[in-house]
Amino acid sequence: MAVTSTKTVAVTGNQAVAEAFRQLNPDVMPAYPITPSTGIMESFTKFVSDGKVDTETILVESEHSAMSACIGASAAGGRVATATSAQGLALMWEMLHIASGYRLPILMALVNRALSAPLNIHGDHSDGMGMRDCGWIQLFCENAQEAYDNTIMAYRIAEHKDVRLPIAVNMDGFIISHSIESMKFIPDEDVKKFVGEYIAMDPLLDIDNPKSIGALVLTDYYMEHKRAQHEAMKNVKKVVADVSAEFAKLTGRKYELFETYRLEDAEVAIVALNSAAGTIKDEIDRYWEKGVKVGLLKPRMFRPFPYEEVGAALKNAKAICVMDRADSYGGMGPLYMEIASAVANNRGAVLFNKIYGLGGRDLMPHDVDQVIEETAEVAKSGKVKMVKDYMTVRN
Amino acid sequence: MKQMNWKELPHAGTVLKAGNANEYKTGSWRTYKPKWVEENCIQCLFCWIYCPDSAVVVKDEKMTGFDYDHCKGCGVCAMECPGKKGNKAIVMEEEGK
Amino acid sequence: MSATQEKPMTLKSLSHKKDNLSGGHRMCSGCGAPTVVRQVLLAIDEPVVIANATGCLEVSTCLFPYTAWRVPWMHSAFENAAATASGIETMYRSLRKQGKLKKEMKFIAFGGDGGTYDIGFQALSGAMERGHQLLYICYDNGAYMNTGIQRSSATPMGADTTTQPVGSKIPGKTVRRKDLTRIMAAHNVAYAAQASPHNWRDLMTKVKKALATNGPAYMGIMAPCNRGWRTQTNDSILLSRLAVDTCYWPLYEVEGGKWTINYDPKDKKKPIAEWLKPQGRFKHLFAPGNEALLERFQKLVDDDWESLQKLAAAFGAK
Repeated sequence: MAVTSTKTVAVTGNQAVAEAFRQLNPDVMPAYPITPSTGIMESFTKFVSDGKVDTETILVESEHSAMSACIGASAAGGRVATATSAQGLALMWEMLHIASGYRLPILMALVNRALSAPLNIHGDHSDGMGMRDCGWIQLFCENAQEAYDNTIMAYRIAEHKDVRLPIAVNMDGFIISHSIESMKFIPDEDVKKFVGEYIAMDPLLDIDNPKSIGALVLTDYYMEHKRAQHEAMKNVKKVVADVSAEFAKLTGRKYELFETYRLEDAEVAIVALNSAAGTIKDEIDRYWEKGVKVGLLKPRMFRPFPYEEVGAALKNAKAICVMDRADSYGGMGPLYMEIASAVANNRGAVLFNKIYGLGGRDLMPHDVDQVIEETAEVAKSGKVKMVKDYMTVRN
Repeated sequence: MKQMNWKELPHAGTVLKAGNANEYKTGSWRTYKPKWVEENCIQCLFCWIYCPDSAVVVKDEKMTGFDYDHCKGCGVCAMECPGKKGNKAIVMEEEGK
Repeated sequence: MSATQEKPMTLKSLSHKKDNLSGGHRMCSGCGAPTVVRQVLLAIDEPVVIANATGCLEVSTCLFPYTAWRVPWMHSAFENAAATASGIETMYRSLRKQGKLKKEMKFIAFGGDGGTYDIGFQALSGAMERGHQLLYICYDNGAYMNTGIQRSSATPMGADTTTQPVGSKIPGKTVRRKDLTRIMAAHNVAYAAQASPHNWRDLMTKVKKALATNGPAYMGIMAPCNRGWRTQTNDSILLSRLAVDTCYWPLYEVEGGKWTINYDPKDKKKPIAEWLKPQGRFKHLFAPGNEALLERFQKLVDDDWESLQKLAAAFGAK
């Protein structure tokens, strides 16, 4: 397929995802409004009202019902999508496990936002990290283009016969969801061709072959079910790589399991998710000019986590600072723990953790500079001052 | 039934064989057993419509006996049986007698 | 096509139909719920898809690798049978609209009283308001029986449960039950009704009406539980009949705002004690010194019955 070209547009992250949803044309979309993801549904329901999609919406009375309706609709035998944030995702939590346990390829746009209390509507990754163990594929996006692209790729990944798992595409609340960026859309017909027709597996509405979905499973079978679910997750990596390669042929935009930026020869490594990566890349360029060999690793696929590949990519790093936009009180940041596992067999890397940007607090270039300088210092001395520390907090 | 290993499980644990609970016998739960006394039966089929275990066998609109593989011996059929002239067409007997 | 134009249902004619709930399920001996489900399924002529809330019915009818259901059936969680059914029904509408599905189907959600009156109340209210083409059926045994007889908002006043046990200071549940059928009627749903398995013809006629109506429907169906009520295994039908004859559980329906009492015992209305007495959960109400509790129970039943009669008189057939 030839690389497709289209004109550059200026849209918010929410509008970009809504446009992807329009092109994907899901059969059913249950949703409940919550800041900052609301814009996706507002834009999308306008498409519905104008007859631009075949989608039937279910404007439910809670996020718990939104995910329950997603599960019912997906099991019935069609494509389903929804969008949410923070408290909404937290209210869905019970159902997230059921969506993955039933192996339903539901698509969720998760606009990352801080969890209450205290109440806060701004961007951090507390919600996404809270769904880490729910059995969903999780993709993280730096900007509107990535959010759009990953949304377009999502069904291909989730619906693959070796996978059949729900998928969440994450982008930062407000920072990306509400900021206007320039980006490119793919023409409708190319998206349609790329995504293809939905193939149902054991659909409930196949009335001539009645089946029972959601049995009670006791001690004799529960572990076998869970082991089978893990196997499906293990298959995700290859499918993500294959789908991304096909997407690159179509668009020229290449996506790996994670992105590295000037990391290969770097002795100093920063690891961070999502929008912070943009600022960090700029500062990395400035520090290379000063002679500091610093690079970035930005995970795209957080679940399943590509431990081996990440470990290999960080093998030359002498010091690694993992920046977490979420916290585990009394523990290390969630991204830190993954990186620690990934580099466990690497020789000599010193690791530490910075918690930043909670509740939408800005990460400024000079904040990143401090991280780079401290990490460079640790690379030299081999000594960490504080294994876990909070950035920009008034003392 | 031989237990499946994790690779043999149906996708998503969905049970594909509708009504296969029929293969599972609950007859051993009984302590009392319904006995059909045909001469008192007026074929009202109340036993059939009230049975919680689909264990009353009806053929050609007529009650013909019990499915003892599944009957749990609750006695609802006997209780609701109008019988004939005050004599029940279903009586409960102690199991194993 | 209205149900009333068809030939009257007889058990003989029904007996030709396939039983869509197989034997071999693990519901307790003498449970009222599977009888309710069998009657509901026998009433339906069209293909039907079931959503089931977590509860006795769900865990006992689909215990891996077995299922007692011969129709498409799905369970996802406790509080969301109405929301899950909303999703299934909406996918059906979407696929039909797009020409991807040809057959017509009906949709039913089953929940116990815990999953309906309490934890599933919001999802139920939402589904009814949104106007899905589905029938929600609550099989009502008046407590959380699946987990061991904890009190729910459907538990009758005075009942002894494991979370409001009868003690020396507190005589069981101190407040009256929620009247969910009327609350559903207040949603202005297309059809709301109460039924009881002893009157199979009434129950099955109501299921047919509910599924033929244009819009969401709700049915509350009495389902005695001999474990929770502390009664005999053989009296589920007897007790559901007494619930109706005492007017504790009147048979009525609300069709498009029109209230109809389907069975009025008139001068044969039995005292509530006849329903309470065989049940171990009400034993203390008959102990010396508790006469006032029994009187209060009777008064609540009488008041509810009177107000229902007023509704039927005011908003019934003209």
